Amino acid sequence: MSVLVGPDAPVLPPSAPVTGEGVVSRLLRRKLAVLGLLVIAAVVLSAAFAPWIAPYDPNEQFFDGLSLEGAPLGPSAQFWLGTDLLGRDLLSRLLYGARNSLIIGVVANGAALIIGTLVGVVAGYFRGIVGTVLMRFTDLMMAFPALLLAICLAAVLRPSLWIVALVIALVNWVQVARVVYSETRSLSEREFIQAEVTLGASRARILFAHVLPHLTSTVIVYGTLGISTTVLLEATLSFLGVGVQPPDASWGNIIFENQTYFQAAPWLVFFPGAAILLLALAFNLVGDALRDVLDPTEEGRG
Amino acid sequence: MATYLLRRLFQAALILLGVSLVTFALLYLLPADPARQIAGRTASAAQVANIRTQLGLDQPFFVQYARYLGNLLQGDLGRSYLQRSQVSDLILARLPASLLLMVAAIACELALGLTMGLLAAVRRGRASDHALMVTSFVTVSAPQFVVGLLLLYVFAVRLGWFPIGGYGTFSHLVLPALTLGILGAGWYARMMRSSMVDVLRQDYIRTARAKGLKRWTILLRHAFPNAILPIIAMIGIDIGLFMSGIVVVESVFGWPGIGQLAWQAIQRVDLPIIMGVTLVSAVAIVLGNLLADLLAPFVDPRIKLQ
Repeated sequence: MSVLVGPDAPVLPPSAPVTGEGVVSRLLRRKLAVLGLLVIAAVVLSAAFAPWIAPYDPNEQFFDGLSLEGAPLGPSAQFWLGTDLLGRDLLSRLLYGARNSLIIGVVANGAALIIGTLVGVVAGYFRGIVGTVLMRFTDLMMAFPALLLAICLAAVLRPSLWIVALVIALVNWVQVARVVYSETRSLSEREFIQAEVTLGASRARILFAHVLPHLTSTVIVYGTLGISTTVLLEATLSFLGVGVQPPDASWGNIIFENQTYFQAAPWLVFFPGAAILLLALAFNLVGDALRDVLDPTEEGRG
Repeated sequence: MATYLLRRLFQAALILLGVSLVTFALLYLLPADPARQIAGRTASAAQVANIRTQLGLDQPFFVQYARYLGNLLQGDLGRSYLQRSQVSDLILARLPASLLLMVAAIACELALGLTMGLLAAVRRGRASDHALMVTSFVTVSAPQFVVGLLLLYVFAVRLGWFPIGGYGTFSHLVLPALTLGILGAGWYARMMRSSMVDVLRQDYIRTARAKGLKRWTILLRHAFPNAILPIIAMIGIDIGLFMSGIVVVESVFGWPGIGQLAWQAIQRVDLPIIMGVTLVSAVAIVLGNLLADLLAPFVDPRIKLQ
């Protein structure tokens, strides 16, 4: 599941600290990145305003929401994207589901970034016995298949929204830790850091004034790409029934609930599936563009 | 070479020991009570307590773990709580199906991914390069269960070209292998492209061009063998992705492999099976990484094992 946060992504050579100026305008010059940003903006807005946009209550079971045989209804003027197996409006469930998918995506990924950066910096900068133990533990975590580990954790902890986010964070920090670790190590070997050491700067000063600012671009890139991984993992866990629990909607569990009807009512798989794909794709596109924009040595490689 | 191999095997064994400890600790913390589950709903408290003692579930953590590990070293993964059979037998019975799927999926992703990456690198900067790279982004962003269900709908339900899930013939294999392969193909396409772009910039390629060699001779005979190196290093990670993927794909297609076994066990909280499958997956990942490192010097003689 850790799709783009892997060896595919080269360790960024330590570049100038991110200043922000120019980055946004260079990002906006890339069509795919703009497309991704638009998709993200659309999902964020629809999640934020779901109670006002959604045509119906996501949990209301409509008397006329099922066919006479009790099957879900296809898209119509009344139910734009059709209804699900219980006669609920699919569009309303998708809009409310966007909230859960986004909250989990952002929270889980934020937590994974914090854990991963902390582990990576401690192991890469301070090293010592603690650093060695941390990196050995990271190696150990790499030997687990991410999804199986997440399923085990979710089964142990009993899923709720925050538990799902926690589970995903506990699985996803590993990649971040590895990247931050190797970058911190190569940074602390470099001359300008060595010069600071010679000049007698304290370790804390070097860490906060030099090492951390140089890690920003890496963290931003992996933070963006990681949301995509997180969204996919949440959808998969929910699809397997160990993620967000019905009646709360998430894009993954809408498919989980309606799986038995997918032959007769394929839209119940198609629409939520398209939503997951678009959101994950958007974060991948923006993250990839950020990687190029923030890394001067990649310029013009396109 | 021999000392290197010994050291790597020792490291692998240590990692697997850690994996077994983590899995065991996780499942030890599981709130669901397996003794209650085995006894059934009608059992009395005394019966449940009896089963608990029988299974050793009333022992302290490290006693339980030590016993588990002792059995593990003898190849005994314990007994399933609900199916009353040896976990190792259950896994062995289902392993061939998963291995078959793995071979087919890897063939699929290599064929698709390397071709896409190669073409994109050759046409770098042109429209077809952009189209291929956007495609590869789409495939790595698509959730596997959605891809699986849609392939099933279009090619099995609608067109009737393939059976709707199951196991046995070649046509049963196509859709699940494709579902797993599509994700990996996007991965490989991106890696292959960037690796190929790097190689194509090097002097020896310019020399080959200057000698007047044919374009495809240069690409396939001179550039490809060098570009493939970083991809070999991916074997372990690819196996990790695959082990996650089969849980989803095997349950969508009703493929009787260890992914489906794990999934059924998770729903029934059958701990020994979950631990068994996780351990087998970890072994596969660790071996994959080892294999990647051992293969590297054969592909590139400049790399020395140390």
